[in-house]
Amino acid sequence: MTKEAKVIELDEVTIRFSGDSGDGMQLTGTLFSDATALVGNDISTFPDYPSEIRAPQGTVGGVSGFQVHFGNKKITTPGDRAHVLVAMNPAAIKANANFLEPAATIIYDSDSFTERNLKKAKYVTDDPFVELNLHDYHKIGVPITSLTKEALIDSDMDNKAILRSKNMFALGLVSWIFNRTLDVIEEALTAKFGRKKAILESNIEVLRAGYNYGMTMQHSTPQYLIPTGGIQKGTYRNINGNHATAWGLLAAAEKSGLELFIGSYPITPATDVLQALTERKDLGVKSFQAEDEIAGICTTIGASFAGDLGVTSTSGPGLALKSEAIGLAIMAELPLVVVNVQRGGPSTGLPTKTEQSDLMQALYGRNGESPMVVIAASTPSDCFDYAFMAAKIALERMTPVMLLTDGFLGNGSQPWKIPSMSEMPTITPRIAKDPSKFVSYKRTDETLARDWAFPGMEGFEHRIGGLEKNAEGNVSHDPENHQKMCELRAEKVARVADLIPPVEPVGCGEGDVLIVGWGGTYGHLVSAANELCAEGKSVGLAHFNYINPLPKNTEEIFSKYKKIIVCELNLGQFVAYLRNCFPQFDYHQYNKVQGLPFSVEEIKENVIKLLEE
Amino acid sequence: MTEFKYTAKDFKSSTEVRWCPGCGDHAVMNAVQRVMAEKGLNKADYAVISGIGCSSRFPYYMNTFGFHTIHGRGGAIATGVKAANPKLHVWQITGDGDALAIGGNHFIHSIRRNIDINLILFNNKIYGLTKGQYSPTTDRGTKTKTSPFGTVEDPFYPGHLVLGSRGRFFARTIDGNMKMSQEIYHNAADFKGTSVVEVLQNCVIFNSGIHEEITKGEDRDDKQIFLRHGEKMIFGVDKDKGLVLDKKGKLKAVTIGQDGYTMDDILEHDAKDEDLYMHSALISMKLPDLPVAFGVIRAVDSLTYDHAMEAQIAEVQETRKITCVDDLLRSGNTWEV
Repeated sequence: MTKEAKVIELDEVTIRFSGDSGDGMQLTGTLFSDATALVGNDISTFPDYPSEIRAPQGTVGGVSGFQVHFGNKKITTPGDRAHVLVAMNPAAIKANANFLEPAATIIYDSDSFTERNLKKAKYVTDDPFVELNLHDYHKIGVPITSLTKEALIDSDMDNKAILRSKNMFALGLVSWIFNRTLDVIEEALTAKFGRKKAILESNIEVLRAGYNYGMTMQHSTPQYLIPTGGIQKGTYRNINGNHATAWGLLAAAEKSGLELFIGSYPITPATDVLQALTERKDLGVKSFQAEDEIAGICTTIGASFAGDLGVTSTSGPGLALKSEAIGLAIMAELPLVVVNVQRGGPSTGLPTKTEQSDLMQALYGRNGESPMVVIAASTPSDCFDYAFMAAKIALERMTPVMLLTDGFLGNGSQPWKIPSMSEMPTITPRIAKDPSKFVSYKRTDETLARDWAFPGMEGFEHRIGGLEKNAEGNVSHDPENHQKMCELRAEKVARVADLIPPVEPVGCGEGDVLIVGWGGTYGHLVSAANELCAEGKSVGLAHFNYINPLPKNTEEIFSKYKKIIVCELNLGQFVAYLRNCFPQFDYHQYNKVQGLPFSVEEIKENVIKLLEE
Repeated sequence: MTEFKYTAKDFKSSTEVRWCPGCGDHAVMNAVQRVMAEKGLNKADYAVISGIGCSSRFPYYMNTFGFHTIHGRGGAIATGVKAANPKLHVWQITGDGDALAIGGNHFIHSIRRNIDINLILFNNKIYGLTKGQYSPTTDRGTKTKTSPFGTVEDPFYPGHLVLGSRGRFFARTIDGNMKMSQEIYHNAADFKGTSVVEVLQNCVIFNSGIHEEITKGEDRDDKQIFLRHGEKMIFGVDKDKGLVLDKKGKLKAVTIGQDGYTMDDILEHDAKDEDLYMHSALISMKLPDLPVAFGVIRAVDSLTYDHAMEAQIAEVQETRKITCVDDLLRSGNTWEV
């Protein structure tokens, strides 16, 4: 490296790869993230793409992005703003202008700045940077398109196929800038395109051309050094939330000694859960792609009735369709896990964007008095733990359990210290043992859970159903019995509180402001709380994974702070629930429904405002 | 396999049967219980699943495992039971509203998949439990509580829906005809795949006598034909009538010994014919020109979903590299820190 080269040393950095939805930005981002995790940085990623498979080319609406935040310390969010933007066209610059660090570096394909592309991205002048007020940013125009063509000048591929490798040029260049060797990326490309020799070779050719371009032109491109280390020792892998969810369920099936059945219907952004489980026939998974959402859950209920660990996965609109069947599982008291990967709603809403607006639906969206356990994962990797816990609660307490994740967790990935199955908690399904003592709805212990007997178990023949029943399980229309049974089912869910850990505040254990959050916003909220504490503010975070029931110490924690601010990606659903559960507290709220995660900055601003009030 | 000795009584639960006196459901249940007893299969391996409707109370009265579920979804739930444990004998009890209106999607898809369940479709052409509204099998023009001036839509022929869904087994019977019903339920139970049995069932309160033109009267044998695979298509009080194809290829009822027709001219029933043509024609037969077809009209052997699913898992597991969750978690790209 020559002396003139500009080397910037940073503890953490955020890069955003951005281009047309056909430009291969998701692959580029994933490859870079994997290479980065392997050198020992902690990372967090955020794919952000349009719902159309091929949105109109060159338009702002068609921009697909992949953000990765990495560093030498614990990384909890994909980063509010990018230090480096890789833009494959003018539309990508426009789409991301508001999400850049001041004076960020923008690497862009200068060949793409044609009159046509500027028009498609609806610029009114011929200088996007001035128009977007980005003139003092560090802009590096690289003729990516022509350099890609040049690199493949000897190739037999047609022009269209050649241009498809543009993303590899950008990846090679960024790899040089961030001091990543190419071997890991080349290995991954070989795994992906191994059978298509021509594509593999051209991709690697262009990747190296991009890397070498950076080296040759180092007088104009800065190089970043991100020290590694700072994370716990162990064996790691990258995992996204949807895979972690699927694997957590597999872990629960193995731990409980049951077979896993998933009945599901494809829906964005939950489809990956179904796919990840379908891949696992080697572990005996019975996967059933149903004719609709209702059949998805109903086949699952059938499998639960037959003695399997039954799982169904969906997203908001699909959950609405499953409501009646969830009520059946509540009434029949069968174990069942419903995974809802939340997305922007209502109706079709924002299918590819994240939101936390299904909480009320999860808690109350059924006919009749129909309480169920609701839990929420908070990071891509802890989807594994909460999926496991969802199954444990369902099987040990004979109740359906809703696991809420969201598009941000489901698609986002992070390095994960791989657990060993021997460390996982035990799961003891309540399988009935003695036919002479079996009464289908008798509750034998303090959990109020019934025992489970399924077809094939000799001597246990019995009937269940959606009609109200008495304590023995016989159909009953008796008025007083109905009230008693409603109360029993509610109490059974309430007693799950015995099984769950207390909520433990992060930051100050008592003080001026308690930030309250739940589910997928954890990364941003914990960063905000930690930074505020480091700045000397008296701020704590109580983040909830168990929503119904709430941890037993919730009230006690709330009472230790002067002010409470509930932050969530909806218009105030958790806060409404808390007001109902603990009306004695005064709740402030910060809500965002833009299909985007929080930024750490906006949380801090709102807390500071509250501190100053 | 162990042969279990049962009587029909062993399949009756202690729950009081609450169908209306005279309801056709009583006879259907009696026939099913007799067939189950005769089969000699372990009672604990039966799962009887239903949706919502009068007939869907059926599981409560059976001394087997049973699940009374939600409207229209019995088919999906029965599918889940069978897919989860293919060793079970799964019976789905449903009606014309439950299976063909609210549950239509599950009905066609479980048939298309050919999951091995026995489906009894009680067809009384009316909504009984909600007290008398028209159903998807109610004949055009029928006056009901929701069609006081007569319906303005055509009904389904359930058999056509089965054929259109690539159904492999379709049979038709009459609730009170115990002998015919038992034979058909035996056939349905033995068949591997979705066996649909349409029962012309009489709702004694809201649609009494709806099938009477076919099922009652001293000349009823002239109006019904009981089809058996490999047998001639003959019928009639005196067994002297039969079915032939006319010059246009359409079914025609003739009298043997008249107009030059002999027994040799009479068609032979082939339930195993994959082609839909003849089965569709038989399902369509109606009075007064043709008798109504009963018996097993179609029974074409084919792969079942539950078997294929089980076989695929076994096949993948034969060469598997990942044998437990620990293997899975450590598969692919991992690194040490």
